Amino acid sequence: MKLAGFLLLLSGLFLVLAALVLLRQPSPQALFVLLGIGVGAIGLGMVFRAHTPAKERRR
Amino acid sequence: MNRFGDATLSEAALMAAAAVLLMPLALAGLAILNTGLARSRNAAHLMMASLCIAGVAAVAYVFCGFSWQGLPDGTGRLIRVAGTDWNWMARQPLFLRGADLASAQSVVIWMQILAASLCALIPSGAAAERWRLGAICASTALLAGITYPLFAHWAWGGGWLAQLGNNFHLGYGFVDVGGGGVIQTAGGLAALAMVWILGPRRGKYTSDGLPTAIPAHHAVFVIFGCLLAWVGWIGMNIAGALLLYGLEASRIGLIGINTTLAAGAAALMTAIVTRLRFGRPDASLTANGWVAGLVAASAACALIPPAAAILIGLVAGVLTPIAIENLEARLAIDDPAGAISVHAVGGIWGLIATGMFARFPAASFQSRGAGDAGQWVAQIVGVAALLGFVLPLAYGLNALLNLVLPQRVAPEAERQGLDLHELGAGAYPDFPTHSDDFPQR
Repeated sequence: MKLAGFLLLLSGLFLVLAALVLLRQPSPQALFVLLGIGVGAIGLGMVFRAHTPAKERRR
Repeated sequence: MNRFGDATLSEAALMAAAAVLLMPLALAGLAILNTGLARSRNAAHLMMASLCIAGVAAVAYVFCGFSWQGLPDGTGRLIRVAGTDWNWMARQPLFLRGADLASAQSVVIWMQILAASLCALIPSGAAAERWRLGAICASTALLAGITYPLFAHWAWGGGWLAQLGNNFHLGYGFVDVGGGGVIQTAGGLAALAMVWILGPRRGKYTSDGLPTAIPAHHAVFVIFGCLLAWVGWIGMNIAGALLLYGLEASRIGLIGINTTLAAGAAALMTAIVTRLRFGRPDASLTANGWVAGLVAASAACALIPPAAAILIGLVAGVLTPIAIENLEARLAIDDPAGAISVHAVGGIWGLIATGMFARFPAASFQSRGAGDAGQWVAQIVGVAALLGFVLPLAYGLNALLNLVLPQRVAPEAERQGLDLHELGAGAYPDFPTHSDDFPQR
């Protein structure tokens, strides 16, 4: 899960970069940038979860 | 020759040099703050670590960091993608050999050395009481020599983040005047990576996974550290505005006002939140709120009206205690100094707030873009780069280092305290601090 989380963090950044390169209209570009941040946030959550001991996760 | 290449120091460069002179106080303030927030058995170790970090970061930055970060107007290595040049790394020789050190360039480099040192100091607070001194030095070299300069080039060295305005019409590109992203958020994310790698202190969590309170040992150090950091932060923000963004010197007063207002508002708000939450204002958390206000105001300090600085501080003051409590209780992040919440969370908020509140003087920013439309998107792209590049790189480098040089101390050392274990002497030899030294009545 840790590796997947870090991969999602990287994927979020690549989505943001792809939005800059591929989309020139401001609204879709901004939307895709936000989606990229969202993917990164999911990755961050997964890395947090991977580092949280099982006892904390059960509480 | 760029605008820093004059043989004699201009008035602005002299003022910037005076501001850079104040920057070591930010390091001193953070070092004392971190020490006060730890237990007394680790106090000397933390101060010693801070000194080592400042030294190692300076040497690592001069060895290779500057060659990767470069100067604000310098050239860089380019990758051409879809018709756009992406400047991802500076092109300077090692050991500052390409810099004109007899000109105002030296002031910029001096500022950048101190900025790298400050960034590298942040993880020591989060990983306090269980991080070996040798490993601290090695990890600092990686942060100041590799991770920090790469991102600093993107934002401050004319890199692709700074060029978002010209290349993609996103405002004036990623703007970070005082280092809220480059120094603070990068340092806070490196701190998070270290805490993940080291794990919590022994005894921090019960067998049921509940966090136990390990109080700060010296509240006076904590508050005094805040006051020292305040002065250093004003210097750092002024230096960034003058040296990295070419803002006019008439903004120095505004920078001081905004920095002070944001810190004050954040501390006040944290005191109110902790008063409502715990029944009394918490000194340690209020101190963290103060520093979070300094951090949050850094990115936009020269570009916002005072009312916006107060608002930025108030939000930082709410975010800080909430982040500290949730990281500790829900995510098992043992961060004795609250560095992740203060520097990473506060820094990210400051970067986003820059996109919301900053007003850009045309004279200084016209070369960076055509207008402030899309500025908030540029700031979000910067946050994405911090999360998607700085955090994985800091984690990966430190995880590799951990394989070669175990970073966590032995359990016995943690119980004994790192002062005695690693330095052979305590910070307060005249003051018996163990409960078994006092006979029970």
